Amino acid sequence: MTFGGGYAMLPIIEREIVDKRHWAELDEIMDYYAVGQCTPGVIAVNTATFIGYKLAGVPGGIAATIGVVFPSLIIITVIASVLTAFAEVPAVKSAFAGIRVCVCVLIFNSVMKLYKKAIVDKASLALFIIVFILAVLLDVSPVVFVIICALGGISLTRLGVRGK
Amino acid sequence: MMLYLRLYFEFFKTGLFSVGGGMATLPFLYAISDKTGWFSHELLADMVAVSESTPGPIGVNMATYVGYVTGGIPGALIATAGLVTPCCIIILLIAKALKAFRQNKYVDAAFYGLQPCSVGLIAAAGMLVLKISLFDFGLFGETGKLIDLFNFKAIVLAAILLICTRYVKKLKGLHPIVFIAASALVGIVFAF
Repeated sequence: MTFGGGYAMLPIIEREIVDKRHWAELDEIMDYYAVGQCTPGVIAVNTATFIGYKLAGVPGGIAATIGVVFPSLIIITVIASVLTAFAEVPAVKSAFAGIRVCVCVLIFNSVMKLYKKAIVDKASLALFIIVFILAVLLDVSPVVFVIICALGGISLTRLGVRGK
Repeated sequence: MMLYLRLYFEFFKTGLFSVGGGMATLPFLYAISDKTGWFSHELLADMVAVSESTPGPIGVNMATYVGYVTGGIPGALIATAGLVTPCCIIILLIAKALKAFRQNKYVDAAFYGLQPCSVGLIAAAGMLVLKISLFDFGLFGETGKLIDLFNFKAIVLAAILLICTRYVKKLKGLHPIVFIAASALVGIVFAF
């Protein structure tokens, strides 16, 4: 039961997996987490798959993945069914118009947090600006940006531009 | 049947290419919205709020929600399965060589480029939320008056929220659900 995405899970994993069940050591969990961040996909899912795999091989990995998504699956399905039923009520509409303003601010805060971690030099700043402008102006799939930037990261590093 | 296959494929793609967790799935969801018309930009913004206020990883929540809205309970299951399949396969593949993967210079170099890319894409997705929440392009299109373009009530609320979440010491550590609930109340009281 974790609120607010990936990072919220770390202390809970620590308590359940390390302290209570001794399934893994804390530094192993930190390693899982670091790898979870540098592989595609949802960090919490990646970490759960890892711990499951370590304990019981491939079936363990799959079981842990199902376990971590199951609560969200039920809770969100219930919320979605309620929301679609009440979406046309005027008060609900006004409430969501207010909530959308809050979502803007939450996304902005999230971007600022990620920005501090990701923009480490001039080249990464340039990449950020280029991707942002092109993504706003052009109707191109994000997949294209991701592939080009992964190759860009490798080329920039090889050219020795990184860190300057 | 075709709907379920497309749901699986679209979320598989999202799981495979979204890097950095959390909001990283957002740009992909906007792309799905534009391409398929399964759900509106407004609904997507509401979904971010729902995901921020409920347990679980935000990417999974979003997949479940979109899956349910487009294809009922089977849709929710299939979209979520699509999202986690690539993570699951990749992790199982690299699990044995965990440290070697992390220290691989090509992986490291690729992520040096991927991180700013992810932030840029999320920021661009944020602009779409900004467009539907702080501005009123519909009314502006009808009247042509510049003053009708801005949703002043919403802009004031955004400014207050920004100050509260970033600069007010007592408030900024609070869970997002507090701000979401407060915004909902303001929305009802001031008839947004």
